[in-house]
Amino acid sequence: MPAPSKPQTIWLPKLVLAPSFLLAILFIYGLMLWNGYLSVSASRLLPNYEFIGLENYADLMASERWQVAMRNLLVFGSLFVSLSMALGLLLAILLDQRVRAEGLLRSIYLYPMALSFIVTGTAWKWILNPGLGLEHLFRQWGFSEANFDWLVQSDRAIYCVVIAAVWQSSGFVMALFLAGLRGIDESIIKAAQVDGASLPRIYWRIIIPSLRPVFFSTLMVVSHLAIKSFDLVMALTAGGPGYATDLPATFMYTMAFSRGQIGLGAASATMMLATVAAIVVPYLYSELRQAKKA
Amino acid sequence: MTSTSFTTKHLARSMARTLALSGLLSLGQHARAGELEVLHWWTSGGEAKAVMSLKNSMQAKGHVWKDYAVAGGAGDAAMTVLKSRVVSGNAPAAAQIKGPALQEWAREGVLENMNDVARAEHWDDLLPPAISNLMKYKGNYIAAPVNVHRVNWLWVNPEVFKKAGAKVPGNWAEFFVAANALKKAGFIALAHGGQNWQDFTTFEAIALGEGGTEFYKKALLQLDPASLKSPTMEHVLNTFRQVKAYTDKNAAGRDWNLATAMVIKGEAGMQLMGDWAKGEFMATGKLPGKDFLCVPSPGSAKAYTFNVDSFALFKVKGQAKQAAQKDLATAIMSPEFQEVFNLNKGSIPVRMGMKMDKFDDCAKASARDFGDSSKAASLLPSVAHGMALPSATEGALKDVVSQFWNDEKMSVQQAQDRLLAAAKTH
Repeated sequence: MPAPSKPQTIWLPKLVLAPSFLLAILFIYGLMLWNGYLSVSASRLLPNYEFIGLENYADLMASERWQVAMRNLLVFGSLFVSLSMALGLLLAILLDQRVRAEGLLRSIYLYPMALSFIVTGTAWKWILNPGLGLEHLFRQWGFSEANFDWLVQSDRAIYCVVIAAVWQSSGFVMALFLAGLRGIDESIIKAAQVDGASLPRIYWRIIIPSLRPVFFSTLMVVSHLAIKSFDLVMALTAGGPGYATDLPATFMYTMAFSRGQIGLGAASATMMLATVAAIVVPYLYSELRQAKKA
Repeated sequence: MTSTSFTTKHLARSMARTLALSGLLSLGQHARAGELEVLHWWTSGGEAKAVMSLKNSMQAKGHVWKDYAVAGGAGDAAMTVLKSRVVSGNAPAAAQIKGPALQEWAREGVLENMNDVARAEHWDDLLPPAISNLMKYKGNYIAAPVNVHRVNWLWVNPEVFKKAGAKVPGNWAEFFVAANALKKAGFIALAHGGQNWQDFTTFEAIALGEGGTEFYKKALLQLDPASLKSPTMEHVLNTFRQVKAYTDKNAAGRDWNLATAMVIKGEAGMQLMGDWAKGEFMATGKLPGKDFLCVPSPGSAKAYTFNVDSFALFKVKGQAKQAAQKDLATAIMSPEFQEVFNLNKGSIPVRMGMKMDKFDDCAKASARDFGDSSKAASLLPSVAHGMALPSATEGALKDVVSQFWNDEKMSVQQAQDRLLAAAKTH
């Protein structure tokens, strides 16, 4: 590529990038800071800038509902991330076996990703509802003992959210892994085959380890999806029964917008930001360090 | 009306329209026949008709009505819009706000004092004190009430009751007798929707029916710790849990109108719900007293839990706008509007002493009990419908009650302790 010949073009890229840079500063980082300040303010119905220290955080930690939301995040997050990645990888490996109609199958598995979480949530609400969905269906088929009412049990409902979320995302994870698999050099696999390695062994020792970068980026994508999950829960259970399937995002919405506790809502939003940061920062750090080494 | 005044008003109105078209309306500083922007969440059939009648009466006075309807979420969405409008210094002229939320807004100093209208129209004489107090902040009127919904109704399908050989219950002991008969005959005894406000509607009906008016006041309105820990509350919670056995397990997350549909279709025998449920029955051509019955919820015949909608006026600049606001407040409390609006909405007029001959039997009964309970001091705000407590406290109580309803493992003692803790949410 030819280097810019005239000195005045040096500021041109900066000028062109400036508006989006300013907007990002203002509407992402500016609002983060504002939210941070609201979380230590006495805001109730409307923002109020009286400083009250960490009172909102103390209230948050004492709140039974917040503890449920955090516990749910842990259950939902770990199951959703691990299941969708395991399922996605399995699908990708199976599709990689040069099956017939691969293009068709790929679109079928990827298709749930084209739906919004609201649609997924509503559809699964009906599928899992004991009076309408699977349980009803099986009973009509004559299995009168069929029982699948997790959606209406407070201690099981969160697993229903996991099921719907995994259904939605595993196709997407599959696509990422499939792209990674296609990028692996054929000759390495051929060499292993010549050495007499079995197919499972090739996958386990050669292919999956070389997918490491794909693993990390997939992990990033699905884990932040888990933390900011909101619409799926709203459509599927609306946080219920009771508040048994509340997640931090739905907690934040309820407090800040329905219950006139903007301060508390802001504190919970800050906690969510901290959770995301706890995952992203170490990742970015390791990535940047590798980039420097290279 | 003289022809000259008609033409001036006509002119003013068409001018305002032209301005609106040219986009100047949004600047909002031009003096003209008052523009009235009204934020509300009445968007469904009967409600929209009811709002239309208010719009017409304002336009008849020459004001420009700017409708700002925000649908969804039982007003949550509208409140979010309202907050952002007020924070950005661009409040609408009037907004639908109800209950203690009125006090919260008044505390922010953004609401208009409506005393002169209230005095001229004698609101103090027309409203029961239990309601006029809700409309006042520090003794000044800040909102105009529109209607009264009775919450403590039990809706009954008489045909189902006949098939099951059950008797319409007058107290909770009779309720369980009737519910057992219904269950035995293969019906769902009580149609319920598992959303936290519906859980609480049931809970407060039991607290009122089994605990009585005084207990309701002490435990749920004043949040007296001794009452929350009392054996009466223990009994109320036990009864509440017993009731759950008579609902179906698909109730989780069900909307109230779907539960009403179960009673209409004869799948379920009863529903505990406010009188907006009447609209669902009427819409299918059912007649009160014949195809469905409305009776006070068990044991609460002498009491009345209310849910009152109201409009608050926001401070706006410009004389024309302020005059329009005053006309709006006057119109809301006028007998004509109260009648037309409530006929459409299914509620009853909040203005006392009105003729009820155009209303149906349920509304007539409601109006009679409204007057009686006001005299007997048993006219009570409904906690489930945001009439009694600050939204944070109310939400915390609802959380406990719903959790208790859904989680069989929570003991009554635990629920009482949690209610006590929730009552301290400020």
